[in-house]
Amino acid sequence: MTPIPETPILEAPILEITGLAKQFSLHEQNEIVPSCSEVALTAFPGQLTALTGPTGAGKSSVLKCIYRTYLPSDGRMNFHKSDGTVVDLARISEQDMLQLRRTELGFVTQFLHCIPRRPAEAVVAEPLILRGIAPDQALEQARDLLARLNVPERLWRLPPATFSGGEKQRVNLARGLIAKPRLLLLDEPTASLDKATTARVIELIRAFKQAGVAMIATFHDPELVAALADAEYRLVPPQSQARLTPALETAQS
Amino acid sequence: MKPILDVQGLTRIHGTECPSCLDMTGPEHNTNVCPACGSIVAAANVSFSLQPGEILGIMGESGSGKSTVVKTLYFDQAPSRGKACFQDDTRTHDLFELNGAEQRWLRNHRFGMVYQNPNLGLNFSISAGGNIAERLLMNDLNHYGDIRRRASELLTRTDVMVGRMDESPRQFSGGMQQRVQIAKALATRPPLLFLDEVTTGLDLSVQARILDLILEIQHELDTAMIVVTHDLGVIRLLASRTLVMKHGRVIESGLTDQILEDPQHAYTQQLVASTL
Repeated sequence: MTPIPETPILEAPILEITGLAKQFSLHEQNEIVPSCSEVALTAFPGQLTALTGPTGAGKSSVLKCIYRTYLPSDGRMNFHKSDGTVVDLARISEQDMLQLRRTELGFVTQFLHCIPRRPAEAVVAEPLILRGIAPDQALEQARDLLARLNVPERLWRLPPATFSGGEKQRVNLARGLIAKPRLLLLDEPTASLDKATTARVIELIRAFKQAGVAMIATFHDPELVAALADAEYRLVPPQSQARLTPALETAQS
Repeated sequence: MKPILDVQGLTRIHGTECPSCLDMTGPEHNTNVCPACGSIVAAANVSFSLQPGEILGIMGESGSGKSTVVKTLYFDQAPSRGKACFQDDTRTHDLFELNGAEQRWLRNHRFGMVYQNPNLGLNFSISAGGNIAERLLMNDLNHYGDIRRRASELLTRTDVMVGRMDESPRQFSGGMQQRVQIAKALATRPPLLFLDEVTTGLDLSVQARILDLILEIQHELDTAMIVVTHDLGVIRLLASRTLVMKHGRVIESGLTDQILEDPQHAYTQQLVASTL
């Protein structure tokens, strides 16, 4: 008997974006500023989708639209929730979005926005505490993650306000990673990190992929895209061409 | 999840209302004074809901109607019309249909209020401890020792020196007066707390400690709050969702990060651009 070759089960996507566009209407200047348009991309569990393109191409805008920090001007963003239902992130209620942010959706922004005066370890632990995990357990996980990201132990009990750019960014990363969201958005996660720390971040991102987390990330460095991305979407700035060219799609597997 | 508070069409007009009041005021007319009859439209058709444990921000300049909203909900003022339902565990209270005694009961037991002006929230002719005792007595705590113990617990929690609990709050600094107000508001562990410009006019370092305290309380007690302020920093720090008001109207509402990073209304854009 010849064994039937196993066909890999195609995993269902977690997010399908079609026709996403964002423009800003500035009332005082009476101007419409386009940011991105006709963005179409799909994210899968355990895969990293890279958004690339020059500055001003709207990479961060796409992430902010998914997280609803920006209100999308057009398009659909179908998100497959853990309970099997599908919701359009462009249209769900604010309450539903807050709930998703607490449970399934994470965002590591380029700059750390956090409550001032709180120790770094508490800043990192907060997403877990909000989910109802006991504070001492959450803090233990936070310290573990800070150690894995090379943040010196003497900083853990200090507020991040005085940290260097790279240290802040690692605190920010730890805060995004700790909650193990199903979909994680990363905006230039290694922009101000040295080589050794970047290597640690790459390691962590790989571990997250292994664990089935879907990621959408913006990168400048082509090496990182090559090392981490399963698919790449190139955005072009809207002024030169008012549409997205999904030119490169290096989907493996 | 059922909202703890659901407000529909809340309207408050001062003066002899006429049919043009609502049509001829608002942001598009750049006034809240009715040109036909001179009535002041303090708030018109304000609707929102609040989840248990959520902090909602109401932002706007002076005269925008933001304080009017919380003052009507706390029964300091009667609305001209509108509906507000408060969900207290399994009971729903239709706030503006209740009689005076029922309203006072809710105010004393289930709501807390911290005013910008401590004069409104505190009785300066009795001691700080006495202010808290007053609220505890209304909640059927009658034993002197119990009251004193609970009052000193609350003052300790809000970082007021217990050694000064027998002094009148008149002798306290502005920041300390706000702390006594917060302690008093929390005395009954209310599920709903109104904060009206609580940090306005205080030193920055004092502001910071009060804001930290508010966040800690929200974490510990899961208290739902409505925070009224003109300070974008306070909104950013505390609120998950925000309403923006101008001339008595809600001109925009949304997730706080979206209001601050992608404001839609011309006025909000101006407000954000001028402060960040």
